[in-house]
Amino acid sequence: MNYENQEFFAPGHRACAGCAAPIIVKWVLKIAGPNTIIVNATGCLEVFSTPYPHSSWRLPWIHVAFENASAVASGIDAALKAQGKREGTNIIIFGGDGGTSDIGLQSLSGMAERGHDILYVMYDNEAYMNTGIQRSSSTPFGAWTTTSQVGPYNIIGKNEFKKPIAEIMAAHKIPYVATVNPAFLPDMKMKIEKALKIKGPKFIHAISSCTTGWRHDPSKTVEIMRLATETGIFPLWEIENGDFLKMKLTYVPKQRKPVEEYFKPQGRFRHLFQNPEKIKEIQKMVDEWWAKFENKN
Amino acid sequence: MVMMMLKGNEATAYAAKVAKVQVIPAYPITPSTLFPEKVSELISNGEMKAEFIPVESEHSALSAAIGAAATGARTMTATASQGLALMHEVLFIASGMRLPIVMAIGNRALSAPVNIWAEQQDTIAQRDSGWLQFYAENNQEALDLSLIAFRVAEDKRVLLPAMMGMDAFVLTHTMEPVDVPDESLVEKYLGPPEQKYPTLNPSQPSTFGAFVFPEHYMEFRYSQFVAMEHSKKVIDEAFEEFKNIFGREYRKVSGFMNEDADILLISMGSMTGTAREAIRKLREKGEKVGLIKLSVFRPFPKEELVEITKNARIVAVVDRNISIGFAGAIFTELVASYNNIEKKPKILNFILGLGGRDIRVEDYIEIYNRAKEAENRGVKEIQWINVDEDAVYEVEGPL
Ligand SMILES: Cc1ncc(C[n+]2csc(CCOP(=O)(O)OP(=O)(O)O)c2C)c(N)n1
Ligand code: SF4
Ligand SMILES: [Mg+2]
Repeated sequence: MNYENQEFFAPGHRACAGCAAPIIVKWVLKIAGPNTIIVNATGCLEVFSTPYPHSSWRLPWIHVAFENASAVASGIDAALKAQGKREGTNIIIFGGDGGTSDIGLQSLSGMAERGHDILYVMYDNEAYMNTGIQRSSSTPFGAWTTTSQVGPYNIIGKNEFKKPIAEIMAAHKIPYVATVNPAFLPDMKMKIEKALKIKGPKFIHAISSCTTGWRHDPSKTVEIMRLATETGIFPLWEIENGDFLKMKLTYVPKQRKPVEEYFKPQGRFRHLFQNPEKIKEIQKMVDEWWAKFENKN
Repeated sequence: MVMMMLKGNEATAYAAKVAKVQVIPAYPITPSTLFPEKVSELISNGEMKAEFIPVESEHSALSAAIGAAATGARTMTATASQGLALMHEVLFIASGMRLPIVMAIGNRALSAPVNIWAEQQDTIAQRDSGWLQFYAENNQEALDLSLIAFRVAEDKRVLLPAMMGMDAFVLTHTMEPVDVPDESLVEKYLGPPEQKYPTLNPSQPSTFGAFVFPEHYMEFRYSQFVAMEHSKKVIDEAFEEFKNIFGREYRKVSGFMNEDADILLISMGSMTGTAREAIRKLREKGEKVGLIKLSVFRPFPKEELVEITKNARIVAVVDRNISIGFAGAIFTELVASYNNIEKKPKILNFILGLGGRDIRVEDYIEIYNRAKEAENRGVKEIQWINVDEDAVYEVEGPL
């Protein structure tokens, strides 16, 4: 069945104009279809989509807390099994980067290790946006946030590197891990479809621009996310069964754009332009990541 | 009906079996570990059909229980002490979402310093979490009260989760003969395990756990308060029906040699048996003393407690917990229960048995003697029993 013409995520929610999260959710639901139960970790998506007594969700949906979406989903999986109703129902979790890489990592890891048949989709806006743009372990090196502020004693913003959550999940040897970018819609759709066909734990890392936290023009959402991949900063790949050696790049930019093209339209990176050597450092890291593949081919 | 020699944790695992519990997420912690072990054994043996989720923490145990109960499955878990404390956040969510989860607790002291022995502080500290609280005196009660907990929790006038406390080791690890009722009788008592309230169901999509503004939040809380009030009646009905089907009688508050007593002791949990022994001894000497046992702490049975204690001269409340900065919990709530009542007994508080310190017949006799002193002169309102008062550590730094 194809549900592309149906909307399971109703309009009228309260996301900021230009927020990428609803694009991701809408497409995941269109591919999953009506026989789906959603678990949502605390965060922007949960808050903007369910201002009581309204709800954007035309599917059964539950939010319990910030760090435990994977455990809640595990309980749903078990309950459906016990009731003999497990066949044919998708269980999908949406979590922000904080609810996934930080406070929710333990329950996510537990769910993956126990092998529940669940698709986890992390929408990565690279900070705690719901509480007002605080750094997370998924915030990239060099980004300004309200807890990695820029000043004479800290010219870089965030000094630490982004936690490689998708690789961490792949190391759990779960059947499917992929990175997706809503600006590359056919690639994203293909991966969601593929993930939902596989039994067991699946993890999808979706980049999700946040106009408010990334400080960019709301009309530039898709453009900026496209640059994340075109510059090679957010590569698109899949890993099956934890086989890193068979990691498959699903999109290889013909000519990678310089990283500053991605940084320039975003206020969170503005300070880096006063320190061009930092931008060079980041460029070098990105080049090194790609070199592994370029040498191999 | 089968008589079996069971430890408290096994009795609660058998409660899960005969109640046909469908989902059991659990995490080991002393003294409750035997519960997930026994459940795993019963499932592996084919004696029990349930989905056991060996979660990675107690926080996840209760979170998974919430997911399962929201999907309409009869759900049970067990924990103690640090594990219950780790669940604190999700306890409020389970009750706020009105999910009738039942949880067996091995009542144990909290760190620091680390101690694995009996104390009721862990559950008492969660008294505001919106869960019903039952306390067992022995392993038969542990099994029975777990079944009763399901019956009350799942009643549509209530729909609140329930914990059933049993003292660490004294019950959790001690073998006693336990009558394990037939599943068919239990099904008659509880109904089938599939829940009838709205659930996560793709053919009837609903939103659970929405973001609620000040405009509506208070009504959610008020309805929880009302449900807990309703549970008072529902508990009595559940006790009555339990007696009719299984022949064993329960009350929220029960008396022993209390009719003509001048001095009443109040007790909750496993030490009640020891207290009864002390009362018998004192009665033999002609002392007019009696005992009141509490089987339910939430909802607090204030009407019954006032009724049963109002003619005594002195009520000595024995608490195996302490709210540092004030007093024991049963004492505090009994005193509050007498608010707006003119004639009231003198109420005293005795703290004992913390961290598994032995509770002996002599301790209750000591409590009685100290309470009796209060007839003639003022005594300290809150007294610690069987504690070396000279051993107060001079705190010069972290202990
Ligand atoms: C236990 C707990 N700690 C902190 C919070 C406060 N809090 C709510 S949402 C949030 C940040 C969410 O960040 P993320 O998961 O990245 O989602 P986003 O809002 O960015 O979409 C925080 C810190 C909470 N709700 N619960
Ligand atoms: S703050 Fe960012 S993530 Fe949150 S709704 Fe607005 S744009 Fe979306
Ligand atoms: Mg975020």
